[in-house]
Amino acid sequence: MQDFVQHLINGISLGSIYALIALGYTMVYGILKMINFAHSDVYMVGAFASYYVARWLGIDSNPSIGTLIILLLTSMFFCSLLGLLIERLAYRPLRNSPKLNILITAIGVSLFLEYGGQVVFGADPKVFPDVMKDFVLFSGAGIELTSFDITVLIVSILAMFALDFLIYKTKLGKAMRAVSSNPSVASLMGVNPDRIISFTFIVGSALAGVGSVLVGMKYPKIDPLMGMMIGLKAFVAAVLGGIGSISGAVLGALIMGLSEEMVVAYLSSTYRDALAFGILIVILIFKPAGILGKYSVEKV
Amino acid sequence: MSSAMITTENLNVHYGSIHALKGLNFEVHQGEIVSLIGANGAGKTTTLRAISGLVPVTGSLQFEGHDITKVPVYKRVELGIAQSPEGRGVFPLMSVQENLEMGAYSRKDKAGIKKDYEMCLDLFPRLKERLWQMAGTMSGGEQQMLAISRALMSKPKILLLDEPSLGLAPLIVAQIFEIIKKLNQDGMTILLVEQNARMALKISHRAYVLETGKIVMQDSAANLLNNDEVRKAYLGV
Repeated sequence: MQDFVQHLINGISLGSIYALIALGYTMVYGILKMINFAHSDVYMVGAFASYYVARWLGIDSNPSIGTLIILLLTSMFFCSLLGLLIERLAYRPLRNSPKLNILITAIGVSLFLEYGGQVVFGADPKVFPDVMKDFVLFSGAGIELTSFDITVLIVSILAMFALDFLIYKTKLGKAMRAVSSNPSVASLMGVNPDRIISFTFIVGSALAGVGSVLVGMKYPKIDPLMGMMIGLKAFVAAVLGGIGSISGAVLGALIMGLSEEMVVAYLSSTYRDALAFGILIVILIFKPAGILGKYSVEKV
Repeated sequence: MSSAMITTENLNVHYGSIHALKGLNFEVHQGEIVSLIGANGAGKTTTLRAISGLVPVTGSLQFEGHDITKVPVYKRVELGIAQSPEGRGVFPLMSVQENLEMGAYSRKDKAGIKKDYEMCLDLFPRLKERLWQMAGTMSGGEQQMLAISRALMSKPKILLLDEPSLGLAPLIVAQIFEIIKKLNQDGMTILLVEQNARMALKISHRAYVLETGKIVMQDSAANLLNNDEVRKAYLGV
């Protein structure tokens, strides 16, 4: 039982990292109806940006809350910038092209970043800066809460609340939902859809930036291909929860994180990835739109 | 004669190789209700889309004397052109209130927005009862009321209405046309696209009859109601 609670905590911690990345997939899908395969590589670039900025500032072995905040902001900034650039240069020119062309472009951008990253950053792994000391905050009844787990939880929950506020409580968020629902009608209301789309890329990429620092903190080995697997899993989480749905992405990510942790704990770590995708297949058979998938209610 | 709000000269729209509007010349004057009537595919909706800027046009399209062919859709709202689109186009997963707020997206005058908001709810008391309901769960008539109100929320100078009667029960249609008439009496200029030609002609001042992308007839609504050809083709008499 104590083990179970411990695994629960670890699973939620892992799941909230998946959620940060899954949100980027689901937001872009919600607004452009495309899968931004380059999203996982934006995440990777965020990790490298923090790596270089930390070294440049000389805070790469200076674990503190300050370092955490600086690196989070750095990573968010560079990720947003890259997300914005990708949208402008690669996707916007294809706005009215068939979906398949955009999909292929997304894969192209992803490969470009992965292999471009190997050229620029070097192919061998680097050690992520010490963001924070890992120590046990609470221990008792056989359960350990480490500072890492708590930080991951607090930061991702804050990020998700901020996103929720943005989308449901602000004028900009309303415009995002309007464009996602029907871009041409939204433009009849005076919304410039291109700006809202750019903004969506900025926000989604910033969340990936948060994720990359949290992952770097927990698993401090970064390399240009680090986004592949986690990106794939976050994507699966987004589909699982119902792609296009914000709460679905979070729910899907938690399911992914928890099931992965449980498989490793009770079966074998060999099956961790197999199970993730197994769940996807099963859910898609019984609920093709995902758990919270949107069904548009439109009357004619 | 009051001043022309919308003037087109040789207005053309192409959808790929399809020539949808073939050189339309028409005018809408301030304070008028003008109807575009015609069969399916005649180009009525395309004309409204062209005025709002949703489709690229060639030829001249003027709003209050200024050429607007190069003005993007979202800026035409600020100029004073609002459209309630075909199929209503309410945002289904947003509440009635949020839909109305979206209508005022381009406005900054908080007091004015509040006033128009109250005005819309007075105009359609039904919406007041459903402020927090998701627009997608409302009946077709309620959605139509919402679409019209949402267009009014931008405080337009001209209101473009695309098939406000589509798919609605006759009683609701009568109600909506009554409100269109009232809006006009309060000074709103209206360009109305309708399949229901009889209803449209009854409340309009003038009308244009479209056939396969061309204007084939134009006259006062009263004359068209009595015109034999129109009666046969569009009024089913």
